Amino acid sequence: MQTIISIKDLTKVYDSGFNALKSINLDINKGEILGLLGPNGAGKTTLISTICGIVSPTSGEVTVDGFDIVKDFRKTRSIIGLVPQELTLGSFDTVWGTVRFSRGLFGAKRDDAYLEELLKDLSLFDKKDSEIRMLSGGMKRRVLIAKALSHNPKILFLDEPTAGVDVELRKDLWKIVNVLKSKGVTIILTTHYIEEAEELADRIGVISNGELLLVEKKAHLMETLGKKQLIVELKESLTKLPSSLDKHNIEISEDGMHISYTYIVKDEETDMSEVLQEITNSGLHIKDLKVVQSSLEDIFVDLVKEK
Amino acid sequence: MNLMAIKVIYLNEMMRFWNTLFQSVASPVISTALYFVVFGSAIGSRIENIDGISYGLFIVPGLTMLSVLTQSISNASFGIFFPKFTGTIYELLSAPVSYYETLIGYVGAAATKSLVLATIILLTANLFVDLNIAHPIWMLSFLVLTCVAFSLFGFIIGLWADNFEKLQIIPLLIITPLVFLGGSFYSISMLPPVWQKVTLFNPVLYLVSGFRWSFFEISDVGVGVSLLMVLLFLSICIAIIAWMFKTGYKLKQ
Repeated sequence: MQTIISIKDLTKVYDSGFNALKSINLDINKGEILGLLGPNGAGKTTLISTICGIVSPTSGEVTVDGFDIVKDFRKTRSIIGLVPQELTLGSFDTVWGTVRFSRGLFGAKRDDAYLEELLKDLSLFDKKDSEIRMLSGGMKRRVLIAKALSHNPKILFLDEPTAGVDVELRKDLWKIVNVLKSKGVTIILTTHYIEEAEELADRIGVISNGELLLVEKKAHLMETLGKKQLIVELKESLTKLPSSLDKHNIEISEDGMHISYTYIVKDEETDMSEVLQEITNSGLHIKDLKVVQSSLEDIFVDLVKEK
Repeated sequence: MNLMAIKVIYLNEMMRFWNTLFQSVASPVISTALYFVVFGSAIGSRIENIDGISYGLFIVPGLTMLSVLTQSISNASFGIFFPKFTGTIYELLSAPVSYYETLIGYVGAAATKSLVLATIILLTANLFVDLNIAHPIWMLSFLVLTCVAFSLFGFIIGLWADNFEKLQIIPLLIITPLVFLGGSFYSISMLPPVWQKVTLFNPVLYLVSGFRWSFFEISDVGVGVSLLMVLLFLSICIAIIAWMFKTGYKLKQ
C-alpha cells in the first residue's frame, strides 16, 4: 500500500498549555478509509486541523503525497478537502456561489460542468440558487461536502460528518463516502458513532488524551480484540453456579435462567467443547444456546478504559 | 501565486457591496447632501471665505476623507472579522492561499469600495458647489494611498477584534474624533496657537491637508510632509500585519 499521509512524532501544545497531541505517528494509505475514534477532547479535530493547516504543529513532521505541510503548503493543501464538524457557512451566500468560491480558493479554474455534476451527485442541484440560510441542517452538511470536493481533492477529511444528522441522511452520506472511495479518494473520518466506523472504515485508529492508542485493520481489530459471549438458556432457574464451573469466566443472569461465558475469539486456551461438556456434567439442563459478538463500540470502550 | 484565490476573495467581497448597492450609494449621497445643506448653505453662508475659498467648497476634501477613512476601516475590518466570527475562516486557512494573497483580496476590495464611495461623494458635492481639482493626479494618488492605508488599518482591527464591540470601538472612539479634529471642516489657522500645535500630532490632519491641497493649492502643512505621513502610516500598517501573519496572531492556534 502506498502511503499518502505520513505523520511523525506530531505534537501540539496550545498556548494554554493543553497538550492536545502527544507524539503521534501514523501512516495513512492511499485510497483507504481511516476511521478515527475517540472521546470528546481526545485530539481528533486537532490532528485533522494540523494536517489541513488550520492549527500549527508544535513539533514533528507531516507529509502529504511526499510534501511537507508547512514548507510545501500549496502542494499539500491543494489535494486536500475538509468537511468541518460545525455547519460553518455564510448564511446569505447561494449554494452555487459558495461552492464556486471554494473551487477558486483552491486555485482551480472555473469548471461549471464539474460543479453541476457534483451538486447533482449530492442532490443539491435543484437548490443551487437557494441561500444557505434557507436550507435544512442536512442540506447544509451536503453543501459543506460539495465545498470540500469542489476542487476534486485526492484526500478528504470528514470531521464528524453525521453529528446531529438523522438516520436517513446518515445512510445517504455513507453512500457518498463509498462512492468517493470507489473513485480512489483517501478518506479520513472522525466519528463518535462506532457503527459509522464499523460500516465505512478499512482501518480504525483510536485516539484518547492526545495519544494514538492503536491503528488496526477493522476486521483484524474485531478478530483479535473482539469478545464473544456464549449465552446458555437453562430449563430451570439457578441461584448459585456449580463449583466445577468456577475456573471458567461464567456469570449467572439476575433471573437465574441464563448463564453466560465470555471468551476472546483468538484465545488459544478457549476450548468451547470442554466448557459445554462441563456445563452438561454439572447437572444443568440446557434449553437453548446463543453466541453474541462484541461490537467495535465495546472494543473502543475497553481500550479507552484500560488507558 | 494563487491569483485565482485573490480574484475570488476580491469578487466575493465586492459582491456584498453590489448586493447592497442602494444602501451603498444612497447613504453617502444623502449624508453628503445633508452636510452641504447644513454646513454649506445654512451655516456656511455666514462663514467667511477661507484662504479665498467658500466654506461649502472648503469642506469637500474633509468630507470625502471622513467617509473614506471610516468606510475603509469598516469594510476591511468587517471583511476579515466576519469569517472569524462565523467560523468560515477555516476555509481560508486550509486553502493553498498565502496570508498575503488573502490580504490583497480583502484590502483590495475594501479600498475599491472606498474609492467608489469617494467618487460618489465628489459627484454629489459637484451638484452643490463648482468643484475644480487643481492637481487631479495628486488628488487620485492621495485618495488611493489613503484608501489602501486605512483598509490595511481596518484589516488589523478585524484580525485583532474578537467581538463586535472591539470591532466598533476604534473607529468610533478614535478615528471619528481624529477626523473631526484633524481640520476636515476648518483650517487649523482658525485655532488658538496652542491647539494648532496639538493638532500637529493628529495624523489625519496631514491626510486632509494634502488632499485639500490637490484641490485648491491651500494646505495647513506642506504637501511633501502630508505624503510622507501617509506613506509612514501605510508602512506601519504593513509592518504590523507582517508581524501578525508571522506569528499567526488571532488567526492560527
